[in-house]
Amino acid sequence: MKVKELLFDPILKNNPIALQILGVCSALAVTVQLNQVLIMCLALTFVCAFSSLFVSIIRNHVPSSIRIIIQMTIIASMVILVNEFLKAFAYDVSKSMAVYVGLIITNCIVMGRTEGFAMKNGPISSFLDGIGNGLGYSFILIVVGVFRELLGSGKLMGFTILPLVRDGGWYPSNGLMVLSPSAFFIIGFIIWGIRVYYPDQMEESN
Amino acid sequence: MENYINIFVKAVFIENLALTFFLGMCTFLAVSKKVSTSIGLGIALIAVQTITIPANNLIYTYFLKPGALAWAGYPDLDLSFLGLICYIGVIAAIVQILEMFLDKYVPALYNTLGIFLPLITVNCAILGGSLFMVERNYNFAESVTYGLGSGVGWALAIMALAGIREKLSYSDVPEGLRGLGITFITVGLMAIVFMCFGGIQL
Repeated sequence: MKVKELLFDPILKNNPIALQILGVCSALAVTVQLNQVLIMCLALTFVCAFSSLFVSIIRNHVPSSIRIIIQMTIIASMVILVNEFLKAFAYDVSKSMAVYVGLIITNCIVMGRTEGFAMKNGPISSFLDGIGNGLGYSFILIVVGVFRELLGSGKLMGFTILPLVRDGGWYPSNGLMVLSPSAFFIIGFIIWGIRVYYPDQMEESN
Repeated sequence: MENYINIFVKAVFIENLALTFFLGMCTFLAVSKKVSTSIGLGIALIAVQTITIPANNLIYTYFLKPGALAWAGYPDLDLSFLGLICYIGVIAAIVQILEMFLDKYVPALYNTLGIFLPLITVNCAILGGSLFMVERNYNFAESVTYGLGSGVGWALAIMALAGIREKLSYSDVPEGLRGLGITFITVGLMAIVFMCFGGIQL
């Protein structure tokens, strides 16, 4: 496997959210503001990369009957690390993201990649695969976050881009975008876009 | 009593885990093609949720809460940072026990649930339920009610989605949207409907 394939395939060709249906939950809940999105992406990429690395290092010493528990423990330790780090250095953000940092443990991207890739491949390619899937996840999250914050409150990262009518500007804010269902619509349309570009991902009608 | 009914109704409709907090979405989207399988998964989730949330509540109250270890002679100890690893351990263990129990005593149900039972371990609705329970400081009786309510709410949501998807197979969806894409948009519309419950107070 080439480094380039490992890193960049998950972004469009084999996207964890749009094709593998992994890790959808947090993609919907934390995308109202772009700075929350960026922290979530960094946290997930970190957890995903390092859990894949460690699982891959010990993969030959783990009996297959208890591998799920072992993987869970490794992932949970990485998430506790991230959680404590955020509480110490970015307390406001960690408060506003509430339980969603902890939920990275059950984010199926991490589990899916350790189980599906890291158990069969060497440490370095597993590490790269973890980063790649983190990037694929980040790609969708950032697109959704940009749309929701820009159209919903006229801002990006807290800076005003489209001045709102109620502050004397010209842009009437779109209330739907602030509400969580809008994330579903945006992801639905992203999937549509990706599948038009890569027609082999289309599903047969059921 | 009113308090418990309030928690139950809130957990089922107003704060539905699937459609308001978007927890357990991966299974929610992947296993909702047929009504019959979604009913099996819904029942399994109700059972696991009703057992794990009270169990985690006991662990939190007697081991992890700041000062909880006073009975063992360590009144200053605060182990709450170990929460995540404990909860996921409890969930994995209970799912495993439930699987063995069903295999031995209720083989019919075990066969219907099949692969879904182990999958529940990584369902974020379960861990999310436990984390919400800790965040809201529920006591033991409240946590039982919350566990049952949130499980029922999630089961209700997945059965409704499966029903819609079965009907949807007769419609002509644009090619690129078929399957996952249109499911996302359907769930979005369902979430808007569930927002109408917001603000109901008992």
